[in-house]
Amino acid sequence: MTAIVDYGVGNLFSLQSSLDAIGEESIITGKREELEKADRIILPGVGAFGDAADKLRETGLDTVVKDLAKEGKSILGICLGMQLLFEKSYEFGEHEGLGLLKGSIVMIDVPDTEKYKLPQMGWNSLHIKREHPLLRYVSEGDFVYFVHSFMASDCEDSVIAVTEYGTEVTAAVAKDNVWGTQFHPEKSGNIGLNILRAFTGR
Amino acid sequence: MITKRIIPCLDVRNGRVVKGVNFEGLSDVSSPVELAEFYTNEGADELVFYDITASYENRALFTDILKEVARKVFIPLTVGGGINTVDDFDRVLKCGADKVSVNSGAIRDPSIIGKAAKRYGSQCVVLSVDAKRVDGSFRVFAKGGREDTGMDALEWIRRGIESGAGEIVLNSIDTDGVRKGFDLEMLEAVCSFATVPVIASGGAGNIGDFIELFKTVERVDAGLAASIFHFKQVRIRDLKKDLKENGIHVRI
Repeated sequence: MTAIVDYGVGNLFSLQSSLDAIGEESIITGKREELEKADRIILPGVGAFGDAADKLRETGLDTVVKDLAKEGKSILGICLGMQLLFEKSYEFGEHEGLGLLKGSIVMIDVPDTEKYKLPQMGWNSLHIKREHPLLRYVSEGDFVYFVHSFMASDCEDSVIAVTEYGTEVTAAVAKDNVWGTQFHPEKSGNIGLNILRAFTGR
Repeated sequence: MITKRIIPCLDVRNGRVVKGVNFEGLSDVSSPVELAEFYTNEGADELVFYDITASYENRALFTDILKEVARKVFIPLTVGGGINTVDDFDRVLKCGADKVSVNSGAIRDPSIIGKAAKRYGSQCVVLSVDAKRVDGSFRVFAKGGREDTGMDALEWIRRGIESGAGEIVLNSIDTDGVRKGFDLEMLEAVCSFATVPVIASGGAGNIGDFIELFKTVERVDAGLAASIFHFKQVRIRDLKKDLKENGIHVRI
């Protein structure tokens, strides 16, 4: 059973539907005891890093997620949820993240803003940097759906896949039990569902 | 590199997909859920749903259908039609929409763009514009293309982007329903300054029109069409294969 962390950010209908589609039971919750009981948790997120980090702190869920990570619970951050796993972000100021992964969040440094519009919005291909269970059903070059202007950097020890958007962009990360995807697996068709299958063991 | 997108558009009224020719003379085509699944399997990159329902009761029917689609289809969904307030954004986002398209609602109250962008992020806010040539310039039309607002389309789009629109759907009334190709001139005019993705709409009649679109207007991000897909005159699978063979980067 997967618990989706509810801290008042974003719409979780599609994410929960995608878990239903692969036969994975899930709940959307902000309660510590329910998150503790789950086999694994997903940290979602859309919008600005600062707002989301504030909401995590206000609800006390920052501590819960950090505690569960330390206990070895499987965690998957998606999009902004993945970015929150890092130490800090430079999106409109400087904001502290959960610090579960080494690195920081910076704006995608595109060489040509006319050619590479921000946000990067659409389907782009994955280039595998390191074999990892999360990518067990992914082939080199598979397309997934991205919507973001900021990306994880200085994260050499956790990056497992990248994509190309005028520059190399972090697409998936993993370190021990803490995993994350910059793209949206719940919006990436069958490839995305397979990534969720890999995470949930379905 | 990010791919060029192919987007089928489904106009939904009373729970069914319909398609107008020059916005008039609607004819029933099929079930929205069935079509959504069909297009996803064919390789559509995202889907657009327009709610063209008139009555309040049927609005609930539309969101029920949207939910059913979002339970079965795992590609991005954009929803438009009847979006007049930030609460309308909320209503459809809760049912599985990823992006919300505003058109007449933004003409009536332009502040909705900024308000929605602030609450949900720019990536969520699509400004859809029906434009037509009047006296040598591109004019914004309202009410499904029936009413000239007098506003300059390029200026309106520039303002929309500044206010927080994260994507533009440009529908040329001059080419819509005629099936003789996209309005390349109008698209080029918008793409020359737009800093957000631009989706071309109106006029696609065959695969060649899409090839011409992406070859001519290099900065355009996506091509949208309805009836040619619904009536299977163009199969998305064939279209993407041909685009790829013509050197256009698409997801296959």
